[in-house]
Amino acid sequence: MLSDRRPILLTNARIVDPSRDLDFPGDLLIADGTIREAKRGIGAAGVPEGTEVVDCRGRVVAPGLIDMRAFVGEPGAEHRETIASASQAAAAGGVTTIVCQPDTTPAIDDPTMVDFVQRRARDTGIVHVHPMAALTKGLAGEEMTEIGLLKAAGAVAFTDGLKSVTNAQVMRRALIYASDFDVLIVHHTEDPALVGEGVMNEGEFAARLGLIGVPKAAETIMLERDVRLVALTGGRYHAASVTCADSLDVLRRAKDAGLTVTASASINHLTLNENDVGSYRTFYKMEPPLRAEDDREALVEALASGLIDVVMSDHNPQDVEVKRLPFAEAAAGAVGIETMLPAGLRLVHNGEIKLIKLLHAMSTKPAELLGLPGGTLRPGAPADVVVVDLDEPWILDRDNLKSKCRNTPFDEARMQGRAVRTIVAGRTVYEYV
Amino acid sequence: MNIAHKSTFVLSSRHLLGIEGLSHADIVGLLDLAEEFVELNRQVEKKTASLRGRTLINMFFEASTRTQASFELAGKRLGADVMNMSVSSSSIRKGETLIDTAVTLNAMHPDIIVMRHHASGAVELLSQKVDCSVINAGDGQHEHPTQALLDALTIRRNKGAIENLTVAICGDILHSRVARSNIILLNTLGARVRVVAPSTLLPLGIERFGVEVTRDMREGLRGADIVMMLRLQRERMNGSFVPSTQEYFAYFGLDQKKLAFAKPDALVMHPGPMNRGVEIDSIVADGAQSLIREQVEMGVAVRMAVLEALSRNLPNA
Repeated sequence: MLSDRRPILLTNARIVDPSRDLDFPGDLLIADGTIREAKRGIGAAGVPEGTEVVDCRGRVVAPGLIDMRAFVGEPGAEHRETIASASQAAAAGGVTTIVCQPDTTPAIDDPTMVDFVQRRARDTGIVHVHPMAALTKGLAGEEMTEIGLLKAAGAVAFTDGLKSVTNAQVMRRALIYASDFDVLIVHHTEDPALVGEGVMNEGEFAARLGLIGVPKAAETIMLERDVRLVALTGGRYHAASVTCADSLDVLRRAKDAGLTVTASASINHLTLNENDVGSYRTFYKMEPPLRAEDDREALVEALASGLIDVVMSDHNPQDVEVKRLPFAEAAAGAVGIETMLPAGLRLVHNGEIKLIKLLHAMSTKPAELLGLPGGTLRPGAPADVVVVDLDEPWILDRDNLKSKCRNTPFDEARMQGRAVRTIVAGRTVYEYV
Repeated sequence: MNIAHKSTFVLSSRHLLGIEGLSHADIVGLLDLAEEFVELNRQVEKKTASLRGRTLINMFFEASTRTQASFELAGKRLGADVMNMSVSSSSIRKGETLIDTAVTLNAMHPDIIVMRHHASGAVELLSQKVDCSVINAGDGQHEHPTQALLDALTIRRNKGAIENLTVAICGDILHSRVARSNIILLNTLGARVRVVAPSTLLPLGIERFGVEVTRDMREGLRGADIVMMLRLQRERMNGSFVPSTQEYFAYFGLDQKKLAFAKPDALVMHPGPMNRGVEIDSIVADGAQSLIREQVEMGVAVRMAVLEALSRNLPNA
């Protein structure tokens, strides 16, 4: 911890609270781990004794980000990432809550595993860490997990991680059963048979590289199936990572029909496209794969319109041994928890999306979907806050990343803006100097 | 014996990773140089000394007879020391040790590494990790540049020029690195390229490669000067991409009846090894219009030309 839990006054700030659609110049007072008030001109005079007064010089003060999809290697892949290293990376990226994935070894499919993650988070983490639990036992896609007990233990949602539940009957029953407990089911929508041996987006570019393509239909067919199952069951359903315009059509129809369907897009798919693969650059190998530029544009538009609810990092640390391989044999995934905000700010600076909208999709909305108390600057809310310098120019050097792995697609990228202070439960856990 | 070369062509890049990136002049330069080696290879004394002292490593991660033998002979005839490494994919755990192997070999100061690998892009990856020149002898489904060059040399010697010829490439386009390299090369040299295959064996986006696409052999072969057949891998024959070898042969196998749709003086090519009775009929393969054996001969000459042109670029050359 960089500091104790003295009260903090953030003055001369641009307060952006997407939960109340507020964007105004003012001050924010934090005490006892909660937000006291956010308003114009609190001033140093009106604060408790011993308050740390921080002059924000016009920088943005917003709710700390909630990363709804991050792979953390505990347990079983501590060489890739630990809760400690992931939370350091999160803090440096303005993320105050990590929602970790259950596709660990062993899988988080049992209440004792949820308990394990929570204890490790309490002992080694500097940000909040909440696990999603497996939807099916052993992520095998066959038998549902103890959804009630797992929820009671602290699981915030249910997912089979990067695996799709291919058996529609299993999915239907899980959705129905889960709706009794009002839990969110998060599903990776890729039909594994259609993905086959595919390693990048299907199309001309894959054909030129001699790489087997993954058709967009692998995603849309699974999403369409799920939407029809939700119509049948009424459960709360969230598509883990939509990547193409066709999926957006499916999503739009589901929402128009009043179904409880929501969706995330990864920061990678919002800011990169298949051409970034270039000459077999494995750091751009993703699951689902990066799509064409028109799909990326459609995603950004859908984010701006609210059709896409959440932006997540899809943080997936992979070490050098599994990335320095021929493209088809290399592991998929990219680290992203630390770069989600600066990469997202690219969209803001390009005029593709409003800041408050981006922050809404990175904090308020995930909090709402997962039933977490953050994502707001409302008085009484937990003091999970990020101070963002929108303009600071910098160049990303992957060796400076806090994550245990360096597989970032943004190495040497020019960035504009970053988190300069991250506050979790009233304590400053990161300061950019 | 050291013959005096008429051609002084030098390849501008350090590696030959694909036809993609070669200019018209590069291709013609290599073909012209290869012509000289065709003559040399037909003499009793086939050796030159231009690669004397150089070390060539043949690294084949995929079984190959003709390409490996061809590179080995090419290297030896140019006076290089040639080492063959056959790394079966079973003994090496996937590509895991590719970089390690590359670093190890690099420490032995080879001048040229020739590599074949089952993964697209693997040869390029290797080229980034070594100090010597690297030649792609086939990477996955990506490129096989020396095959396209030897095909071009064979065509040019038989037809005089490549420009304005109609070339029909038939068969498993989807999985074929030979097709990719040939499409790029033939387009660069101004040929009209057609691809003929069942839709399951055509990559998505193929029409943007600058080719005419058809699913009908008669239509594809009509008026063609060159008919280039591709090998269909055994594991793709029975139900996964085509229903059976019988059905495939009926619609896409080259027999005399289908060949009759091409020009009367059309010539038939195949990169080998052939599946007789699957993609090509024996009578056609061994017939008067077949260039298949000549392709093998041109293979050695083209590889000598590539080695020679790259070696002129090596340090201390």
